[in-house]
Amino acid sequence: MLKRIDNASNEKPTGFSRRTFLVTTAAAGGGLLLGVYLPRTIGAKAQIADAELAPNAFVRIKPDDTITLVMPQVEMGQGTYTSMSMLIAEELEVDLAKVSLEAAPASDKLYALPLLGFQVTGGSTSVMGFWEPLRRAGATARVMLIQAAAARWNVDPASCKAEKGEVISSVGDRLTYGALVEAAAKLPVPDKVALKDPKDFTLIGTPARRLDTPEKVNGKAKFGIDAMIPGMKFATVAACPVFGGKLKSVDDSKAMAIKGVRQVVKIDNAVAVVGDHMWAAMQGLGALDIEWDDGPHANVTTASIVEQMVRASQNDGVVARSDGDFAKAIQGVAKRIDAVYEVPFLAHAAMEPMNCTVHVTKDSCDIWVGIQVVARAQATAAQVTGLPPDKIQVHNHLLGGGFGRRLDVDGITQAVEIAKQVDGPLKVVWSREEDVQHDVYKPYFFDRITAGLDADGRPIAWHHRITGSSVFARWVPPTFKNGFDPDTVEGAKPPYDLPNFLLEYVRNEPPGLVTGNWRGVGPTHNVFVVESFIDELAAATKKDPVEFRRSMLGKSQRLLGVLNLAVEKAGWGRPLPEDVRRGVSVQFVMGTYLSQVAEVQVSKEGEVSVRRVVCAVDCGQIVNPDTIAAQIEGGIIFGLSAALWGEITLKNGRIEQHNFNDYRVLRINEAPQIEVHLVKNGEAPGGIGEPGTIGIAPAVANAIFAVTGKRIRKLPIKDQLRSA
Amino acid sequence: MPKLVINGQAQDLDVPDDMPLLWVLRDVIGLTGTKFGCGVALCGACTVHLDGRPIRSCITPVSNVVGKKITTIEAIGETESGAKIQQAWLNIEVVQCGYCQSGQIMSAVALLESNPNPTDAEIDTAMSGNICRCGTYPRIRAAIKQASQSA
Repeated sequence: MLKRIDNASNEKPTGFSRRTFLVTTAAAGGGLLLGVYLPRTIGAKAQIADAELAPNAFVRIKPDDTITLVMPQVEMGQGTYTSMSMLIAEELEVDLAKVSLEAAPASDKLYALPLLGFQVTGGSTSVMGFWEPLRRAGATARVMLIQAAAARWNVDPASCKAEKGEVISSVGDRLTYGALVEAAAKLPVPDKVALKDPKDFTLIGTPARRLDTPEKVNGKAKFGIDAMIPGMKFATVAACPVFGGKLKSVDDSKAMAIKGVRQVVKIDNAVAVVGDHMWAAMQGLGALDIEWDDGPHANVTTASIVEQMVRASQNDGVVARSDGDFAKAIQGVAKRIDAVYEVPFLAHAAMEPMNCTVHVTKDSCDIWVGIQVVARAQATAAQVTGLPPDKIQVHNHLLGGGFGRRLDVDGITQAVEIAKQVDGPLKVVWSREEDVQHDVYKPYFFDRITAGLDADGRPIAWHHRITGSSVFARWVPPTFKNGFDPDTVEGAKPPYDLPNFLLEYVRNEPPGLVTGNWRGVGPTHNVFVVESFIDELAAATKKDPVEFRRSMLGKSQRLLGVLNLAVEKAGWGRPLPEDVRRGVSVQFVMGTYLSQVAEVQVSKEGEVSVRRVVCAVDCGQIVNPDTIAAQIEGGIIFGLSAALWGEITLKNGRIEQHNFNDYRVLRINEAPQIEVHLVKNGEAPGGIGEPGTIGIAPAVANAIFAVTGKRIRKLPIKDQLRSA
Repeated sequence: MPKLVINGQAQDLDVPDDMPLLWVLRDVIGLTGTKFGCGVALCGACTVHLDGRPIRSCITPVSNVVGKKITTIEAIGETESGAKIQQAWLNIEVVQCGYCQSGQIMSAVALLESNPNPTDAEIDTAMSGNICRCGTYPRIRAAIKQASQSA
């Protein structure tokens, strides 16, 4: 049982930034700094009260056997609190049921994701990034505890072992970790520790109960929106409905007359109403008479954005990859196929609407929120308040869905701007409509793609030109180099043997709209295009889509493995009703090999229903198998919502969708049966949060082609088959 | 000054009559287990029980529930069906982010109370008003089945 997830309280967290810490071991484990902080030097009594073993930023053990694991990664449903804990607990030799978890405070130094170099939870990277550092963090503490015990018993440390929170000697003497804390804390932190041989794992790879579940079924779990600070007021906000516009004027006389409304706060591009509760704030907002200065984007429409993109796509792009010689190879092909693919803007629509609670005083700022980038939250608050970062405390909470939305801190910037003008703590909550209309959107992409087949029907020339926004150019500018970023083009190189391959990128930013990370980022777009187009080639040569793929996967045994497993479990080739067919997709992105088979029904009226999805996954070393299955199931459903209906459109510079009525998402009666099959091996761990989302759209689109003969080249599928 | 009975406790409140129950629960009483998702009864995150029936608290004015028995996620485990559903949710590991799950559980308990052995189609119908963006639907189906079969 989870004792406590201390990410919600009103108390100050243990905050490493408020303690003195000394970095003793640099660059251990994938560039991560293992920091040791020393007890505060404010008197002997305080030192005793504070006695604990904390050899690094992830593990703290107290004399009373309290073991606290500090979670570098944020929990947004992906199960990372459990898998991160498993990595530490495996090496620390403690029972998962005996640990307390704590959300990491803001610190790019202590909690940077080794792969990206800053504090971030995203990109399906948590296990990949922390696989070694967290096991090392646990092992370091274990080694020190064993040393302390061996010294007490006057025996060789090698003769002792650690087990379930105790050190045990060769003759059966036992000491709990708590009893060893004081002695162990005085030992130097070892530079190098041996990690367990994977064959000796007792926890990693076993289905562990999720540590965050019990409090999520009884209403006790605290999300950012649940922060309750004494004396807190509530606010809701309207930002200019046109991106880039400003607040011109507001008449608040009617709003201020509403019982419970306390204040109307104006900032550059938005207005907020502060009240005693959300209801007062909502009513107050509705009663405002607001005049906006729409700014330069008042005439933007989806059509105007796409038109601009189509024009841009006619120019050469930056070459992101070139194998062989496409221009030459395409001359001599037996058959040439050209296509255009498009994917729409998408909102995230996480179930927890955007919110942020802030308390600004003249020399401090506290923030209660659920955010995927904790240190960036601190940085933006420092900028808005003018306070130094160490005066900003971010109390991170559970996230009611992230999906990439909470990789951006725009909501925190805005909340701090508002709270600066308010006395006391303020909870700012967006309405669902505000959440849908002020998102950072998954970019629209316009893709031109060409393939040339030889006389045997094999693709020997391939050209793909992607036109659209670069999210990373804004979000992590250093990754945008030589005209492209690695994410926008990830997954565009299919895993097949393609001797002459040319990939170009034309950057084209939509006016009046900010684009952001959305589950599966670049690959969600690219794998749809590539796996649909491969299906087009198979159809053009009258080959079975599975056979066609197999014939080109000679170099990737792991991909072939998941393809074969998925089609076998799906019963590929087995008869189906006339209006039901199967479609397949294959992908290798984010370090994980995956294949999906979707079984789709298309009625005479053009109604699409996804009945069953079978998915085979090879993500290398498995930490918590049930969580992997859950992530794939959920990822598929998230991807299905988008593939079937997801679409954000603009008119007069304004987003046309509002709420779940016109931004439709999958409901339980529309959810397919899903089967996930895991390949077990000891390869390096791959990512799992996003891969399920990525390959579902092409699998469904390919199945639709098999039923109807109509190729889906533009998402969402929506009513495309009805007009057919 | 509406008087409400929430999770067995009488509450004297100084709130406007038209204030939705959701905000009374969350912002006035501090029962934050009931969630805000859409504000217009489209997503089910705010589901609570009114005399045992599921209602969307985001559109229910507090004046409509005066004198009636309101049960929220914080107390649903005290009922037999509530405990069963919560246990099944744990057994099946339904939950991901968890934000919608209070509402899912309240709808599932109400289903089981009115129909102890629901079919798949009946589960889908009863639960179709509750959106989950994490996509826990297959496990919700399995957990309701399991709860309905447990003694």
